[in-house]
Amino acid sequence: MKISALNPLKLPWNWRVVIVYLAFMLLLPMAALFRQASSLPFDEFWGIATSPIALSAYNISFGTAAIAAVINGFFGTLIAWVLVRYPFPGKKLVDAAVDLPFALPTAVAGLTLATIYSEQGWIGRWFAPLGIQISFTRLGVLVSMLFISLPFVVRTVEPVLGELDHDIEEAAWSLGASRFETFRKVLLPQLFPAMITGVALGFSRAVGEFGSVVIVSANLPFQDLIAPVLIFQRLEQYDFEGAAAIGTVMLLLSLVMLLGINLLQAWGRRYDRS
Amino acid sequence: MTAPKPKMDLPSPQSQTPPADQSPPPASNQPPEEPNAIWLQRGAIAIALLYLAAILFLPALNVFIQAFQNGVGPFLETLQSPDFQSAAGLTLLICVLVIPVNAAFGICAAIALARSQFTGRAFVISLLDLPFSISPVVVGLMMVLLYGRRGWFGPALEAADIKIVFALPGMIIATAFVTLPFVAREVLPLLEEMGTDQEEAARILGASNWQVFWRITLPNIRWGLLYGTILSTARALGEFGAVSVVSGNIIRKTQTLPLFVEEAYKQYETQAAYSAAVVLALLAAVALILKTVLEQVLSKDRGQKSE
Repeated sequence: MKISALNPLKLPWNWRVVIVYLAFMLLLPMAALFRQASSLPFDEFWGIATSPIALSAYNISFGTAAIAAVINGFFGTLIAWVLVRYPFPGKKLVDAAVDLPFALPTAVAGLTLATIYSEQGWIGRWFAPLGIQISFTRLGVLVSMLFISLPFVVRTVEPVLGELDHDIEEAAWSLGASRFETFRKVLLPQLFPAMITGVALGFSRAVGEFGSVVIVSANLPFQDLIAPVLIFQRLEQYDFEGAAAIGTVMLLLSLVMLLGINLLQAWGRRYDRS
Repeated sequence: MTAPKPKMDLPSPQSQTPPADQSPPPASNQPPEEPNAIWLQRGAIAIALLYLAAILFLPALNVFIQAFQNGVGPFLETLQSPDFQSAAGLTLLICVLVIPVNAAFGICAAIALARSQFTGRAFVISLLDLPFSISPVVVGLMMVLLYGRRGWFGPALEAADIKIVFALPGMIIATAFVTLPFVAREVLPLLEEMGTDQEEAARILGASNWQVFWRITLPNIRWGLLYGTILSTARALGEFGAVSVVSGNIIRKTQTLPLFVEEAYKQYETQAAYSAAVVLALLAAVALILKTVLEQVLSKDRGQKSE
């Protein structure tokens, strides 16, 4: 079925439902945000969007999310590797549990992470004597971003790893490549697009995360205040202009990330047709 | 699956390691076993499990231990409190209203996208993904700027005496926003895989559009539909950021379960927070189990079709 010459009245009814719903749900709210942001003169908008507190909040949001995504790039790939290649008891349970961050409400995640990583918590108490506080600091933000972005890497790498051809690996081995060389020259190039895509997806999720971070961090400006919490605080003070300016920056950055991820995925599939 | 190949008499690939292993490799997909490989394997499993324990397992276990550390009594007490019950009721109500609407939209969008080719199709698909990449707080902010008292539609809504922000409608729209893509994303690949042969055959035999949908299309996409519905239910149950912004968090009026958890925690009512958290965690566990089962059904379905 082809859409008849873009005449809106001749569109099939399901297309009309889709267009109306998307316009109402997605485009209208975005337009409202841009409308509010553009009600300010550009100088003033730019002043708010790049004020020291806002810059520090972007820095904490994007910087911490980037660190979390890279750490998970390593551990997520390791977990995917273990799940695909090695047998061990309870593997099915572990495999299912990897999706927990998708299903567990973020407020619950924040609550339990704050407890465990606090000074008396199961894990936090091992760091307290070293003078390292995790909950209510930027490290707490990192932990909850690690939690939230982990499944993205595992679930992106896992299927690619599962489809890898063992023949190539065996060929490399039999030609005398060491274990490390085989991994670096044969496996890694095949896994790399999936790893990068998973890291990007996890990063994008972690940047926007609110529920768990707001509970785990102390939300102190210049220390562990992330951009979404800053927007929330601005709204609580009825500073709609400020919230809209920072929100616009966040929205534009997430659009850029979405575009980047789509390009990455296309890159990862570039050999699929062969 | 490729059949395991007989080992050829080539120079040993592990020439650096002592020749401890002369036996042929096991007939599986594993790399040849040798002492080093076993330790490497055990080490990798141990590191992976330790990391998962620190990030996932211990936090999940902690929810249950904290909720029941003083027995079942305090837990049941929270469950009977009016604040909890109204929060649970509101969460359920939002789910019941949002999920069917988004499922219907998801089917429409998936059919529309699967059955047409046009330039910009990839753009529409990534537009659908947008709610995944926007921060929930920004979603809430957009709703406030659109429907709030000082928002774009604020004056018109006030004139009509309709309250959306700080009331149920705003929470419903915000939840619908964050769960928008799930069903469409799961159903679209199934429709693309299924092709149009069966539908065209049914049409030629005289079936109406509805008959084609109910008898041909829906049975083909049912598991994907259910899968997407489960994912969106889990997200709708737990949505915090967007709902938190638009709800105003008015106890017994616009407080959902996740908001109840945060509020109780902030008030140092740890027991109440964990009691509600355990309910949400159990629902999440149910969603995970259903999801795992459905993944097996889906892959079996696919296996049968490709035969």
